[in-house]
Amino acid sequence: MLKLLLLISLIFGALVSVKGQTRYFTKTGHIYFFSKAPLEDIEAHNRQVVSFIDLSNAQLVFSVPMTGFKFKKSLMQEHFNENYVESHKYPKASFKGKVLNMPNIDLGQDRKYKVIVEGLLTIHGVERALKTEATLEVKGKQLFGNASFSITPQEFDIEIPFLVRDHIAKRIDITVNMLYQPYTGNNTL
Amino acid sequence: MSNTRIILILLFLCMKGTIAFSQPDLMELAAAQDSTGSQKVSATFKATRLINGHTVETNGAGELLFLISHRFGTLNSGAYHFFGLDQATIRLGLEYGISDDFTFGIGRSSLEKTYDGFLKYRVLQQQTMGMPFSITALTTIGVKTQEWFVPENNYKPAHRLTYTYQFLIARKFSERLSLQLAPTLLHRNLVETPTGENNIWAAGAGGRFKLTKRTSVNVEYFYLLPNTKSEQFHNSLSLGFDIETGGHVFQLMCTNSQGMVEKFFIPQNGGKWSRGDIYFGFNVSRVFQLKNKREEW
Repeated sequence: MLKLLLLISLIFGALVSVKGQTRYFTKTGHIYFFSKAPLEDIEAHNRQVVSFIDLSNAQLVFSVPMTGFKFKKSLMQEHFNENYVESHKYPKASFKGKVLNMPNIDLGQDRKYKVIVEGLLTIHGVERALKTEATLEVKGKQLFGNASFSITPQEFDIEIPFLVRDHIAKRIDITVNMLYQPYTGNNTL
Repeated sequence: MSNTRIILILLFLCMKGTIAFSQPDLMELAAAQDSTGSQKVSATFKATRLINGHTVETNGAGELLFLISHRFGTLNSGAYHFFGLDQATIRLGLEYGISDDFTFGIGRSSLEKTYDGFLKYRVLQQQTMGMPFSITALTTIGVKTQEWFVPENNYKPAHRLTYTYQFLIARKFSERLSLQLAPTLLHRNLVETPTGENNIWAAGAGGRFKLTKRTSVNVEYFYLLPNTKSEQFHNSLSLGFDIETGGHVFQLMCTNSQGMVEKFFIPQNGGKWSRGDIYFGFNVSRVFQLKNKREEW
């Protein structure tokens, strides 16, 4: 009886320590978007993206501070925040979802895994379902996550005034590049 | 028995540990880690001018702004002059952002054939948490190049100069409402009227209220301190309407000031609203990005 209890407690202890290593995160993830328009291309990069991935239950989240998007033209950046995504009202975009076909990832072996990600993307306070192909890649004991997909401003109720309609592309291509690190609960990185 | 108790306690602690370890939701964790703390408050005003005077706004680094300002004649000039539209004064200006905080500009007004130049530096920028104001320092110089009416008076070149020193203090109270104060010292080397001081102290005040995302109504007033104001001149009051379209800002205004640089609309402003000396006018600005900010990518 005693031995059984001891065994149970040991198993629990082991579970705890295993569970602790399944969460990976980044605070410096890179998301950029690009849209080709007749007058000029629009491109902005954000390197302040926070993302968590849990390898045990395949959960995946992103939190994206909108003012972190940097444009080549400061006026464009100001208009992006003030007139289009309204960063004062909706300071963050987010994604909450799951990796549908979570592979058994071995961090000791360099390999690229093709996955499907599905979840809810929130931009400008509007929630939309998103399903996209993505890759998880192990390279030199590091975990990378990459994806690209397209959205339209209309889907997220981002109004484009008539006067500048021709300057702004209908579709916006978004690329996500993450380099994850193990999350131990007290990372200060 | 005591052994069993110890093991039970151990087991309990382990369970407790497991429960404690079931961390908060990933989304909450992510949201807690991101950098949306205190941020710069931008776009306090749409343009670098409120109406006649400057705003706290500076050009972004590498941005060249071309500003065309136009004032027609007075509304009370009657139908024969098409209520002022037959007559016009104009200022052409170029402003360049050396950095996000430092701008210099040059301009030329048709009124008294005046050249002007200015330096503008953003001292403080309002933050979402903490700093409640934006403060920009402005210094301008105006050079009158029109020939003297009485050249025999033995004027010196220095008599053509006027200097302005101004602090622009603004707060964006909400997305819609921004207010600005502008304590001003103006020094003119030559006072061309029998009364009047070389040094003029003035207090500017104004603000904007946004009607939609891309339009706003603006008000601007310059109050001259009583001991420096001569009888025939009046405080400047202007009402304006801004329309922003991408790289352009269109500003339409009614004002009792004809000149578009500080040396005219602060100390020697002849127009009076009550007499109908109202100048209709507009400013049009266009921004060109000359240098890209690649280093931040």
